[in-house]
Amino acid sequence: MSKALWKSLCLAVVICLAAAGLASAQETIKIGVAGAHTGDLANYGLPTIKAAELVAKSVNDAGGLLGKKVEIVAQDDQCNPAQATSAANKLISDHVVVVIGHICSGATKAALPIYKSANIPVMSPSATATTLTQSGDYPNFFRTISYDAIQGKVSAEFAMDKLGLKKLAVIHDKGEYGKGYAEFAKATIEKSGKAKVVLFEGITPGEPDYETILLKVKQVGADGIIFGGYHPEASKLVMGMVKRKMKLPFISDDGVNGEDILKIAGADAEGIYASGPEDYSNNPIYKAAVEAHKKAYGSEPGMFFGQAYAAAQAYTNAIAKAGSTDYAAVTKALRDNLVETSVGKIKFDDKGDAIGVGFSIYQVQKGKWTMVK
Amino acid sequence: MEFYLEMLIAGLIRGAIYSLIALGYTMVYGIIELINFAHGEIYMIGAFTGLVVAGLLGASGLPTLGILVIALVAGMVFCAGYGVTMEKVAYKPLRKASRLSPLISAIGMSIFLQNYVLLAQTSDFVPFPRLIPEFKFLEPISHLLGSSDLVILVVSSLVMVGLTLFIRLTRLGKAMRATAQNQKMAMLLGIDVNQVISLTFMIGSALAAIGGVLIASHSGQINFYIGFLAGLKAFTAAVLGGIGSIPGAMLGGLVLGVAENLPIILSAFFADIGLNIDIPNDYKDAVAFCLLILILIFRPSGLLGRPAIKKV
Repeated sequence: MSKALWKSLCLAVVICLAAAGLASAQETIKIGVAGAHTGDLANYGLPTIKAAELVAKSVNDAGGLLGKKVEIVAQDDQCNPAQATSAANKLISDHVVVVIGHICSGATKAALPIYKSANIPVMSPSATATTLTQSGDYPNFFRTISYDAIQGKVSAEFAMDKLGLKKLAVIHDKGEYGKGYAEFAKATIEKSGKAKVVLFEGITPGEPDYETILLKVKQVGADGIIFGGYHPEASKLVMGMVKRKMKLPFISDDGVNGEDILKIAGADAEGIYASGPEDYSNNPIYKAAVEAHKKAYGSEPGMFFGQAYAAAQAYTNAIAKAGSTDYAAVTKALRDNLVETSVGKIKFDDKGDAIGVGFSIYQVQKGKWTMVK
Repeated sequence: MEFYLEMLIAGLIRGAIYSLIALGYTMVYGIIELINFAHGEIYMIGAFTGLVVAGLLGASGLPTLGILVIALVAGMVFCAGYGVTMEKVAYKPLRKASRLSPLISAIGMSIFLQNYVLLAQTSDFVPFPRLIPEFKFLEPISHLLGSSDLVILVVSSLVMVGLTLFIRLTRLGKAMRATAQNQKMAMLLGIDVNQVISLTFMIGSALAAIGGVLIASHSGQINFYIGFLAGLKAFTAAVLGGIGSIPGAMLGGLVLGVAENLPIILSAFFADIGLNIDIPNDYKDAVAFCLLILILIFRPSGLLGRPAIKKV
């Protein structure tokens, strides 16, 4: 192929694309979907595209939004912060009005300043890093999943209000996740004044047992233990408590709430508490969305599908309520209006976290995790 | 007062765990002066062998103690095989090389074995059955001393005594000591040095397997990475007691175990005498290692180690 022909072909393609872009900008409302769509974390990101497409289809079938059709534009970031910024720039140049994404906290954080300066709302179904909303740096950011640190608050409040504990020992595994949870629990307890933190200490993961820290818990006279970390350490603590005949309530986090601790600690795990995401699998909207997914794609939906579906619903509802796609109007509508979604009835608080989704407390009862609050 | 007693016992138990692994470590060093960094991995493989055997025998209806003994024997045999193979593959070709080469080879072996188990098994923690039964006679003091604690304490003491007697009194032990003193001379006197070194690795690895099965049964879970921290602490215990000395490894382990509890003991002591000084438990490793540094400053060859005599 000659060079001249190659150049003119390129030009033709560019013109066609630009023309198509201009044409469709007039006729559709574009919702951007960004996240890991290829690579090893693709399983986290792909269900979000399908959720957005299903919501767009049901809105379009019902006559569209503000008299226009909804169109989904996907951009891949592979959960990589560098690619996330270029994905954000591409979406902005595609004239999307809102974005669902990104999937990973790191990538979301990298992309947010770009959307902020372009006045585009961003709603993640999965980025749980506490600072994304709680720092207050990104007024354009929302999410339909709860954040890490709130578990610490939920657990501490449960320990004080439901269990009536007064002297709590807060232990963590020195890791980012466990320590963050423990610090939030401690802050909640100290702020409420209803109970005292009598011990706040870290343990080293991987030791054969944690007998000595339990002895210290006994020594300071704590009436309950809050532990931030994962199941290997939690099971050793729980087994040590049974061995030492310490009958204290043991409250922990999402990293403990699972089958593993039941397998390892067996009967010793009976009665322990742990926070975990609220179960929305019985929500009628979610059930209908799963059915629609099976019909359209012939498979079960994947990770964060429910949260992504809820994000798309929240957006379409807010745009309809606002009567425009203007940034200020849409974000105000997101904060002001309760909307029925696949994860329950939600609206967003000032920081951008969803009110109505969150963590519940589960307890091991007869060898099974059972929701108690 | 009871609190201090409880702390002391908890420290001794932890120390016995360290000693049990440190004994094999120090023995290999004593004979061929090689710090076998892969010892922790052999310990981990011993635990996995125990898990497989216990899984196979779980449905057979044997008493737990029977399963424990079979798992121990299987682990010892399997790990002895690993130990000998490791020596032949990674250390023997380097016996005449500079002292640094086998050390690097040992680190390589350690990484290889870790990743091998990671790929062959899983990266998750897997539950390990509690093979050490609850003893009835310990019931009244079980909050102080559990049956697994007692078994670990007794076994590591027995291993220490047995190993010392074996090296002092048997012909093979004499051959080992001769090899340790001067390999060339030992060879001239008709000792099969290669066989003696292989035997050293077999015994050291079998001891690691005993530790692996017993400690896994105490912790209730294992994964491919447990050997790293265990090996590190056992190495510290061996150095503290005087590397190469068998009673030293035992003593070093016990001292390290108790020293790790110093922050808690001191905090409680300060509280008792009315001082408000709390040393967080987070500092336990720092305190233990400061003690190690202090001991090594004043006794460079460890608590029970003999001062090194340069071979001429």
